[in-house]
Amino acid sequence: MTLTSLDAMAASVPDGALLAMPPDNSLPSVALAKALIRRGVRGLRLLGVPVGGFAAEILIGAGCVAEVETSAVSLGEAGFAPRFTAAIKAGSIVMRDCTCPAVHSMLQASEKGVPFMPLRGLIGSDILKHRPDWQVIQNPYGPPGDEIVLLPAISPDVAAFHAVMADEVGNVWLGRRRECATLAHASKRALVTVERVVPGNFLEDERLASGAINATYVSAIAIAERGAQPAALLDEYGFDAAYVADYARMARTEAGFQEWLAREVFAQAVAAE
Amino acid sequence: MIPTSDDRRAQPGGPNRPVEHALEELLAVCIARLIRAQPTGHIAVGAASPIPAAACWLVAKQGAPVRLSLLHKRSGNPFTEGTRELFDLTGQGRIDLFFLGGGEIDGQANLNLIGMGEWPGTQVRFPGSFGSAFMYMMTGRTILFREEHSPRVLVERVAHVSAPGVSAPGVFRRGHAQALVTGRCVFRFHPERARFSLESLHPGETVASIRAATGFDFDAADDVPQTAPPSAEELALLRGVVCDEMLETYPEFCARVFNRKSAA
Repeated sequence: MTLTSLDAMAASVPDGALLAMPPDNSLPSVALAKALIRRGVRGLRLLGVPVGGFAAEILIGAGCVAEVETSAVSLGEAGFAPRFTAAIKAGSIVMRDCTCPAVHSMLQASEKGVPFMPLRGLIGSDILKHRPDWQVIQNPYGPPGDEIVLLPAISPDVAAFHAVMADEVGNVWLGRRRECATLAHASKRALVTVERVVPGNFLEDERLASGAINATYVSAIAIAERGAQPAALLDEYGFDAAYVADYARMARTEAGFQEWLAREVFAQAVAAE
Repeated sequence: MIPTSDDRRAQPGGPNRPVEHALEELLAVCIARLIRAQPTGHIAVGAASPIPAAACWLVAKQGAPVRLSLLHKRSGNPFTEGTRELFDLTGQGRIDLFFLGGGEIDGQANLNLIGMGEWPGTQVRFPGSFGSAFMYMMTGRTILFREEHSPRVLVERVAHVSAPGVSAPGVFRRGHAQALVTGRCVFRFHPERARFSLESLHPGETVASIRAATGFDFDAADDVPQTAPPSAEELALLRGVVCDEMLETYPEFCARVFNRKSAA
């Protein structure tokens, strides 16, 4: 297995990479997002699977992002994502709106190694009108006039998420959050932060195997304790609503966001050294 | 002539007197009645929807044999294949009812979750469309819910269509909006003529006050009934076993509406 440091992991993500991440309810690596901000990554193309959460919001606010492809960017109960909203208004990021199952389907096409995937719905939505890369065809197996949307396969350069643990051969375990498995299968590299590394092999354990991602799909692992926070991690820890509410208050202005960044991202690295 | 309502908040107790209740409780009860009005086997609830979630739990606790799949439930989450499973289930036609809202909702039940001004919302940007462009068309039926009832939300024509209220003939579509529940009233939707009609008025509202607060035209009978207040039994369930089920996922809502704090 390839155990690395969080900073080395962040350094391995090149400027301009297509980076796919899950949102706050599906195990984001907020620790890696913060490390990417500290490394000063630029020009990222973010794919929110299927939406963007806290990690996407702070990467956008810190100027690391050129393009976002996703179905929404939100802070959940804390409301709109203020830096995302500001970036759209300013025109400083390119936004490619999706619908949630389209993101999953485009990844599943890559997972299967096929060039596209059909999806129902969407016809009559302005989302489709603004996606020249999505095609509408006659269903070849259906009655005349039955149209269906085709979505191209998408293969992210890098998938990033946070799992509970890794084993000594590099398998990772994240229980029922299988969207991260699809993400890892579909991406060229998967970077996984974990709470801990444990002895043994999850695939030898019938109870753990179904919640594991095979090391085949995992490029690097770094230990980042509480690495999903403020997002929740399964039954390990809960969502830190107060932290996100504090962020949402401060990030209403660019100056407030910069103050938050200095305190919660840059000062944290100094403290850790 | 529309009868004026008594002030339901100010009149607790007494025989035949409605029990004092919060607006959120009235809305949850409205939605629960809409759920029970039609056969409903499997309901899915998406992001940040505490009032629809309360309505679903109320229906379940009233003994209706419904299956609830709450996308954001942390412990005991119903999906073992990740969030895509909700959309796969819906694609197959296994979800009978879903809930959607909108930054804007228009008179043809089109939903705008994108924003205002030039695409992708350069004047005002909403978070985004989530799964609406798929779910609205593939679910058996949808209950629309938006607490704010004002001319800026309920518009004649949405600025951008995240999800269409009706579809052209031949477009594959399983269902439509059943109703739109707001903080002022309940509208029923009629997909065959792509129009809303006023179903009931919440306390203090009249047809004229609804017209004044609504940007789209709608049908209204001569005698539109008042929304029936929650019964003592419905309120007891909401504040007891429904709140118990919701504490983990919606702690702020439970604290604010039911005055109950999570132990964690």
